Amino acid sequence: MQRYNVVSLIREGLRGHAGWQPAWRFPEPKASYDAVIIGGGGHGLATAYYLAKEHGLRDIAVIEKGWIGGGNSGRNTTVIRSNYLNDESAAIYQHALDLWKTLGRELDYNIMMSHRGVLNLAHDEGEARQLKRRVEANRLNGVDSEWLEPEDVKEFCPPISISPAARYPVIGATLQRSGGTNRHDAVVWGYARAADSMGVDIIQQCEVTNIVVEGGAVTGVETTRGKISTRRVGCVTAGHTSVIAAMLGLKLPIESHPLQALVSEPVKPILPCVVMSNAVHVYVSQSDKGELVIGAGIDPYVSYTQRGSLDIIEHQMAALVELFPVFARLRMMRQWGGIVDVCPDASPIISDTPVGGFFINGGWGTGGWKATPASGHAFADLVARGEPNAIAAPFTLERFTTGALVAEHGAAAVAH
Amino acid sequence: MSKHGYRLPRGGLIDRTRTLRFSFGRQTFDAHPGDTLASALLANGEHMVARSFKYHRPRGILSAGSEEPAALVEIGADRARSDPNTRVTEQEIFEGLKARPQNCWPTLGFDIGALNDVIAPFIPAGFYYKTFKGWPGWMAFEPLVRRAAGLGRAPALPDPDRYEAVNRHCDVLVIGGGPAGMMAALAAGRAGARVMLCEETAALGGTLLSRDPEMLSVDGKAPAEWVAAIRAELESMPDVAILTRATAFGYYSHNFVGVWERVSDHLSPATVPQRMPRQRLWRVRAKEVVLAAGSIERPLVFHENDRPGIMLAGSVRTYMHRYGVLPGRRIVVATNNDSGWDAALDMARAGGEVAAVIDLRSEMAPTHLTEAARRGIAIYGNATIVGTEGRNRISRVAVRPLTRRGGSSRPVEIECDLLAVAGGWAPNVALFAQSRGKLRYDEQIEAFRPGRSWQHERSAGAANGFFGMAECFAEGARAGADAARAAGLDPKPLAIPTVPASGQIGQGPIRVIPELPSNRPKHKIRAFIDLQDDVTTKDLGLAVKEGYRSVEHAKRYTTSGMGTDQGKVANLNAFGFLASVRGEAIPAIGTTTFRQPYKPVTFAALAGQHVGDLFAPRRTTAMHDWHRAHGAVFEPVGDWLRARAYLKEGESFHAAVQREARAARATIGVLDASTLGKVDVRGPDAREFLNRVYTNAWLKLAPGKARYGLMLGEDGMVMDDGVTACLADDHFHMTTTTGGAARVLGKLEDYLQTEWPDLKVYLTSVTEEWAVVSLCGPECHKLVSDLCDGLDADPEKFPFMTLRDAHVGGVPVRVFRISFTGELSYEINIKASYGLWLWQQVMEKGAQYGVTPYGTEAMHLLRAEKGFIIVGQETDGTVNPLDLGLIGMVKMKGDFIGRRSLFRPDSMRDDRRELVGLLTSDPNMVLMEGAQVIGGEAESEPPVPMLGWVASSYFSPNLGRSIAMALVKGGRKRTGEQLWVSRRDGAPVAVMVTATDFLAAREKADG
Amino acid sequence: MFLIRCPWCGERDIAEFAHGGEAHIARPEDSEELPDSEWAGYLFLRTNPKGVIAERWNHQAGCRRWFNMLRNTATDDILAVYKVGEPRPEVSANLPATPSGEAAIGSGNDAAKVMAPGERGGPVA
Repeated sequence: MQRYNVVSLIREGLRGHAGWQPAWRFPEPKASYDAVIIGGGGHGLATAYYLAKEHGLRDIAVIEKGWIGGGNSGRNTTVIRSNYLNDESAAIYQHALDLWKTLGRELDYNIMMSHRGVLNLAHDEGEARQLKRRVEANRLNGVDSEWLEPEDVKEFCPPISISPAARYPVIGATLQRSGGTNRHDAVVWGYARAADSMGVDIIQQCEVTNIVVEGGAVTGVETTRGKISTRRVGCVTAGHTSVIAAMLGLKLPIESHPLQALVSEPVKPILPCVVMSNAVHVYVSQSDKGELVIGAGIDPYVSYTQRGSLDIIEHQMAALVELFPVFARLRMMRQWGGIVDVCPDASPIISDTPVGGFFINGGWGTGGWKATPASGHAFADLVARGEPNAIAAPFTLERFTTGALVAEHGAAAVAH
Repeated sequence: MSKHGYRLPRGGLIDRTRTLRFSFGRQTFDAHPGDTLASALLANGEHMVARSFKYHRPRGILSAGSEEPAALVEIGADRARSDPNTRVTEQEIFEGLKARPQNCWPTLGFDIGALNDVIAPFIPAGFYYKTFKGWPGWMAFEPLVRRAAGLGRAPALPDPDRYEAVNRHCDVLVIGGGPAGMMAALAAGRAGARVMLCEETAALGGTLLSRDPEMLSVDGKAPAEWVAAIRAELESMPDVAILTRATAFGYYSHNFVGVWERVSDHLSPATVPQRMPRQRLWRVRAKEVVLAAGSIERPLVFHENDRPGIMLAGSVRTYMHRYGVLPGRRIVVATNNDSGWDAALDMARAGGEVAAVIDLRSEMAPTHLTEAARRGIAIYGNATIVGTEGRNRISRVAVRPLTRRGGSSRPVEIECDLLAVAGGWAPNVALFAQSRGKLRYDEQIEAFRPGRSWQHERSAGAANGFFGMAECFAEGARAGADAARAAGLDPKPLAIPTVPASGQIGQGPIRVIPELPSNRPKHKIRAFIDLQDDVTTKDLGLAVKEGYRSVEHAKRYTTSGMGTDQGKVANLNAFGFLASVRGEAIPAIGTTTFRQPYKPVTFAALAGQHVGDLFAPRRTTAMHDWHRAHGAVFEPVGDWLRARAYLKEGESFHAAVQREARAARATIGVLDASTLGKVDVRGPDAREFLNRVYTNAWLKLAPGKARYGLMLGEDGMVMDDGVTACLADDHFHMTTTTGGAARVLGKLEDYLQTEWPDLKVYLTSVTEEWAVVSLCGPECHKLVSDLCDGLDADPEKFPFMTLRDAHVGGVPVRVFRISFTGELSYEINIKASYGLWLWQQVMEKGAQYGVTPYGTEAMHLLRAEKGFIIVGQETDGTVNPLDLGLIGMVKMKGDFIGRRSLFRPDSMRDDRRELVGLLTSDPNMVLMEGAQVIGGEAESEPPVPMLGWVASSYFSPNLGRSIAMALVKGGRKRTGEQLWVSRRDGAPVAVMVTATDFLAAREKADG
Repeated sequence: MFLIRCPWCGERDIAEFAHGGEAHIARPEDSEELPDSEWAGYLFLRTNPKGVIAERWNHQAGCRRWFNMLRNTATDDILAVYKVGEPRPEVSANLPATPSGEAAIGSGNDAAKVMAPGERGGPVA
């Protein structure tokens, strides 16, 4: 893999950038692979990367309907944090956060991981009680998290309004200093480049049209570019998980909802951290380019059109102006929608299925991005060994039968 | 020329009789009403107004409209009313307008950031992905990058202005007030349709206003006169609404269109009338839509094509004829189609010295050639621009033949102060694409035009790929009639205005060259595609080379089209260049997505009036004013504001709560319980219904009796609770939690309508109908008796969990003897309108008993002393009745909502978290709510095993010690066991696991 | 921004309605005997189709009645509205088709945005 650094930039600069290699190949699909990953988003490419790197499984393909990172990876607002309530969640999200810290160097691709801190605001006594409970649980789980009083919130995030007269006054907040944001495209491209360099075939503009099952086990997938035999299929198509599962007649505890986000015009640095509020339903950060990146809740209905309603945006803007009166005159430059898999307990599914060799990684709801490395890591392990490891175990489909849900509505109430 | 350097002696729609003053940076200039900031600056010879995003290269004014990529400035007199990234081409001039350059330091002319341009060869597209990874890490570099990035500055103070949103329905929404749009509105309007006509700029007319009235007449009139006449007719129609300064920014599903109107941005803030909002959001639901948003001219892509003084030829015509400004004296025109020639001759006629016309084509219109020759304009056919000069404004253009014969390629250099480029017109398909219509690539015009419609819309005129004036009129009439017909009206044919032959011509044949050849080696060519973000053809080439071949990847890798203009003039050139590099056709590589909004829309306009007090409702009880007048501090509970405690002069919150809680058990406490949800349940099947929705049995509850009920979700988890009273066999009064009222009513309605339609039950929310005064304390029955005529409240005669009808001062009331504190307690329900009066009666008549109002905090404390739960505090959606030790509340026989889930394996685990009491060994130590319960006196290394969490914790004045309730794994079996509660700042606190009814425990201990 | 026709009140903006999830999932009568897996099916499993879905809506800011709706989740086209208790109507919809996996308005793929050379014009619906 061609190294990226200042030296190579200068060298190439001097010779008109003639020497850069393609970041990945555009291979034709082979007739058969040891494993096929459906979905070339962050989670899918991470899965392929760790399969190749940690399980030596290199004869694998990632099959992407469109262009890699074009689904939720390219549409999310890249909030990174791990301050979840339950032990099971803390384990996987903290694992992700630990991997994020060094991922840029590992992939030799700057993912712009910015640990600028994440604030979760409390607007009433009930919320404060829940957030403090989370802070304590986080602390004992080794997740950095602290409680801030309103004045400290204001100091950490100057543009915010802590006026007690507000309809939803800020009465405190949790702060995870190690939380922050990163660059979604860079993560996708970094994983793709690294996986490709280890021999993984990344096949874009290729859609899976059917999954072939014989004797209760997967034997291959049919695609728009021909049939591929394989005995292991990992479905990492969050948003469309149910669509793929339906090919096998599987029903899942998932509903796919529109989730919208938007960015403002770029302005000079004004917001130093990530701010999230469940009560007023908005969350915001500022990208390195200077745009305010803003998201809110999901539309209530199932839709695959990747667009939502304007009234969601209107409420989102009202909420933003409530929290940040100085943002009122800034302008919405671009809005878009993604499709999120939502599970009843706001926790993901990393699981084997009744069909042998068919594994599912989905149901990440509104918060999958932050888990990308750990998700890929744990799922690669599942695909390679056939059974969930300690991190994945709590997130299998079985929990919906036994009732052992991992309820994270408090931690995941607002889209992020 | 006039004193304004470049102002033409006549022409334009400006009011030359009045002069306005405005400032740009430190300079002040003159302008006329009708000017935009751009036309005024150009009139004063100011071309360079900004710096680009990445290389901080000088940027001038390219266009005359909302497509402007780079001429962005900061507007506003102070840091509250300041608007960064404002396009000078759209901001209208008003007296005293203050504009400032942005993204440059120390000055626009001398900008340190321009150093980036020097190292440009080393920071190509995506360079930041390749570096800043190693020591000292991104966190060290990021602050520098962030400071360099961004354009203008956000306001420093809250926005003083007002915004509003309005809903509108119409038969036909016409988007675009040019020739096509006006004809469409006219056709639909005359058919009697309810029409909305939206024009983005200040005046109707569109292209008509960018034409020389000497050359173009409409029905024999000057264009402006024709526009005025049609506008007058439209305004005379009762059902036609004309909006100017209004941009249709978003085409959403089911023909919903967002229109953004700048109501007073063109006025000096000082002169804006009180009631006038700054901006207005129109939420338009249209039966049919006509898209007539015109077309956008593309620049030519050649080496050094980004200097100030390089403008779009069509925009130059707009400045000439709409604003009376010719932005150059010695002019070169470069074109790849006929419209460039029209512009060149226009400029010549207006007195500009047109030095040369450079045409990429070898075939040129004879009429143009002869006219140009007659005017002594040098003509370069089949030629290319190999470079330009001029630091802050273009001074020279170098031209050579496109096809080199032999070595004869020495460029000819031409002096100029304005280079007008005409790269061809592209239909403005943004809204069509937003509506999810499919685009079609048309080789004739080398651009995308509307293909397959998805929603109820049709495109007309230039927006539909027809550029001739006559075509636009006809197209508009057709589309307007078509829309009216589709909306169910019967339009009559419309006479199409006549225009002279010259008006027929569109752009003619076009020759698009993705990147014009230069004499320099390919990698040394700096041909800009995106002027705002400094994306060159080299960057796009690099993207493809490195594998970012998809238009989406290339866009994201190079940031082409990701600026505030979203690539209105850049995208098509970018697609064309990408296609050429990939060796494919443009339709084969597709386009990026045209997203809402068409152009940036103010946050506050989208928020509309839903800010401040109107952001969310505040519900208050009938007694609210009394509470406010008596030192109450409030807390939001759902939509309600509840008195949390009543602070006396100089009293602390804690002290107040302690005092109130003591009084409620010593003398009489009074609580405003009006916010509790109340549902009137009626019908022959009411009992059966309650029996199915509550976990406990309801079939035998006699009239006049009340019962506590627990409600679950189907997942078996506690959802709500409350006391429900039987008023008659078929009539019940249900109460719910304050926050859960709406949810519960909705859920019950759902079951009645969809699961049990056979049940005859009718639900009515009566929450607001009743005010509720809750009296508590050993003496309180006396006060109740005093208050209620003919009611003996003696506990012996008025048993627990029963109710009585009575009167207070002749006003009917309903008195419940129920208790949420464990103390003797009565709840008096009265019609809400008497609520305040009853409360005052209580305070008056209760004075002799020392009646004390108490708030929700004391109420929480009191119920905790008794071990009563609060849904949402002791429960969190994962707690079932057994966890709460309420097995007695679960009937053994008969189904109820959530029952089945209680038998799932996880519900049967014996190590589930159960509700218990916790007593600290130090009675004065009050645990933190939310603290975690652990099994050891010291925290091990994380992850520390957690047994549970503290749900409620108070200092109880009545027990003289701290008490707490917690959910603990296998909790009840641990009664008497010692556990610890962890703390961030200090060693874990030893606690004893106890039962939850602390009062009972105390009584046992006492006697 | 859906425009929904309440069978009792007529066409209204989506703002007046509350969504109630997939329709025609009857609450099991004999939940006692039901195995855990089937009860879980009632509680959690959903078809979540990319295509025609039968869903419940409540005219919350209007008549507060529940009703059912058929909608194409690939395009958000509303295909039918019917009252509780009425049978699910037969409808035809513009369903997702491969290659591209998308209906005409599609989601997240280039093919849905530009007409292929030779593709016929005219409205889709």
